[in-house]
Amino acid sequence: MAAAGIAAPGTAAGPLLSVRGLTLAFGPKVIQRDLSFDVRRGSIFAVMGGSGCGKSTVLRSMVGLLRPGAGSILVDGEDYWAGSAARRAGMGRRFGVLFQGAALWSALTVGGNVALPMQMLTGLDPAAILRFVRVKLGLVDMADAIDQLPSALSGGMRKRAGLARALALDPDILFLDEPSAGLDPITSSRLDDLILNLRDGLGVTIVMVSHELPSLFAIADDGVFLDAGTKTAIAHGAPSALCDACPDPQVQAFMRRKRPETVPDAQGRPS
Amino acid sequence: MATLGGDWAALSGRIPAFPPDGLAGVARGQALTFDTARLGHWDTGLVAFLWDAERAAAAAGVVMDRGTLPDSARKLLGLLPGKLAPPAAACHRAFRPLDHVGGWVIGKLSGLGALTAMMATALRGGVLALVGRAGMRGVDLLANLRDAGPASLAIVGVVNVLIGAILAFVGAVQLRKFAADTYVANLVGLAVVREMAAVMTAIVMAGRTGGAYAARIATMQGNEEIDALQVVGIPVSDYVVLPATLALVVTMPFLYLYGCLVGMAGGFAVSIAMLDVTAAGYVHQTLDAVPFSQFVFGFLKSIAFAVLIGVTSCRIGLQAGRSAADVGTAATQAVVVGIVGVIALDAVFAIIANVAGV
Repeated sequence: MAAAGIAAPGTAAGPLLSVRGLTLAFGPKVIQRDLSFDVRRGSIFAVMGGSGCGKSTVLRSMVGLLRPGAGSILVDGEDYWAGSAARRAGMGRRFGVLFQGAALWSALTVGGNVALPMQMLTGLDPAAILRFVRVKLGLVDMADAIDQLPSALSGGMRKRAGLARALALDPDILFLDEPSAGLDPITSSRLDDLILNLRDGLGVTIVMVSHELPSLFAIADDGVFLDAGTKTAIAHGAPSALCDACPDPQVQAFMRRKRPETVPDAQGRPS
Repeated sequence: MATLGGDWAALSGRIPAFPPDGLAGVARGQALTFDTARLGHWDTGLVAFLWDAERAAAAAGVVMDRGTLPDSARKLLGLLPGKLAPPAAACHRAFRPLDHVGGWVIGKLSGLGALTAMMATALRGGVLALVGRAGMRGVDLLANLRDAGPASLAIVGVVNVLIGAILAFVGAVQLRKFAADTYVANLVGLAVVREMAAVMTAIVMAGRTGGAYAARIATMQGNEEIDALQVVGIPVSDYVVLPATLALVVTMPFLYLYGCLVGMAGGFAVSIAMLDVTAAGYVHQTLDAVPFSQFVFGFLKSIAFAVLIGVTSCRIGLQAGRSAADVGTAATQAVVVGIVGVIALDAVFAIIANVAGV
């Protein structure tokens, strides 16, 4: 009885992340308006759409880098942007972010990059930190690169090192901005496998921004499709479901790699 | 059989190390199995422990039975390599004084050679620019000119006014003892025109503009912008070095003249306020004391300082590394080299002036 009204374990069943009526704008320039979607616990959620439609901006507002113009982002039922800066930082500890260019700290070694969040934000002793740094680098197959500087890494290695750093604080939600952009198909599919393994192994929820079709089909099990023209979400669902069942010509064009004008089938060819 | 229970969160700080004698009672060839029935919430902390256990087991010749672990933990263990990477061999630099000294000398000499070559390219570019056949774009030069000239008037003015005022203060206190008040004008005029205006302006510009050049070029280096220039075939000297250096060469002599004026104005204000001199008397005394040749000498010095600051800071920026820390190092180095270089060059000029009798 006393617990009535307190949203205790009940919320654990709801979506981990909910976006409600989100509108993002830089001054008068609206990027996306009226976005609403839920990210289920343990799912891999894809934010899809063509270049320049505002995918990365949506991600930036979810990880706390851009205050939305309207709407709310709920993490476990708690409004992220309504809280104080300290509260946001506390919630941010549950996030791990892999930036598009990996954004490794160039003055630190790969190991130092993974260690820094633990050194600055936890009370772990150096030996324990080294142990976890080794495990996290081992998980992304970068154990041998622990002493290398980011400038010496290839693109794929940078992404993996960035992923290890995103895992540094054992996040509940992992945000990936274009994880496979700029990688060759084989490296890219290895990274997809790695992301799947991390999700299955650690049970972490993943929100990824991507326009790479192969990796979208391979790993995403839910998603939202953003349109640059109407500046809002025009479809919800897993990429394969959107490809098979979504009637929207924009979505079909994207999912089947066709230019929009060829989709309305004028010559009667099968699409 | 090992029993794992409770929560295993990495950040709790309560993940135990795998006990070194943990497998003491297990014979070779036997299997290490786990009972995970009472395992609570876990993350990479448990994986770290299991990884240690697996390596300990491999070392002891015991087979670790992954089958008794939860599926997800098995998957993660599968991603980890079997062996730890060997720690990087600590690079012990042997004590070879001759090698070190030799390497240092060669490094410095080649640096000097590169600097001279760059200065020659810049000079050639400057001459070509004078006859109107330069490879650089006018807009680049204009942007640099605006940044080096009008934008630095305020700081150069403040520094020189204060220097002139300070000189007048110091002179007034001493010269009053000999009733030689009027000679404050000589002191301030000569000191400002001959040394202070040129050197202080150069030091301000080394800190303000030289540091900015080095940081900008080092950042371009980090973004592969310099590489892009080279690939397209645009000479780095035409796009980066020449406009920057030329902008300093054009603006610094005029900043020097401006520095002379405001420096003498500072001395004038202090003298009028503190001493028994008239405004007309002070001006007359100054005009008498400072010959025109001193201005010419200071003007030429300023040009030399400008070349020094421009070329060295561009050079330092171009040879910087590619990380954020390297940009900071390059900016620091450019300011230090600029200031020390300006003062050293000024000493050389003082000797030349002494010999030439200026």
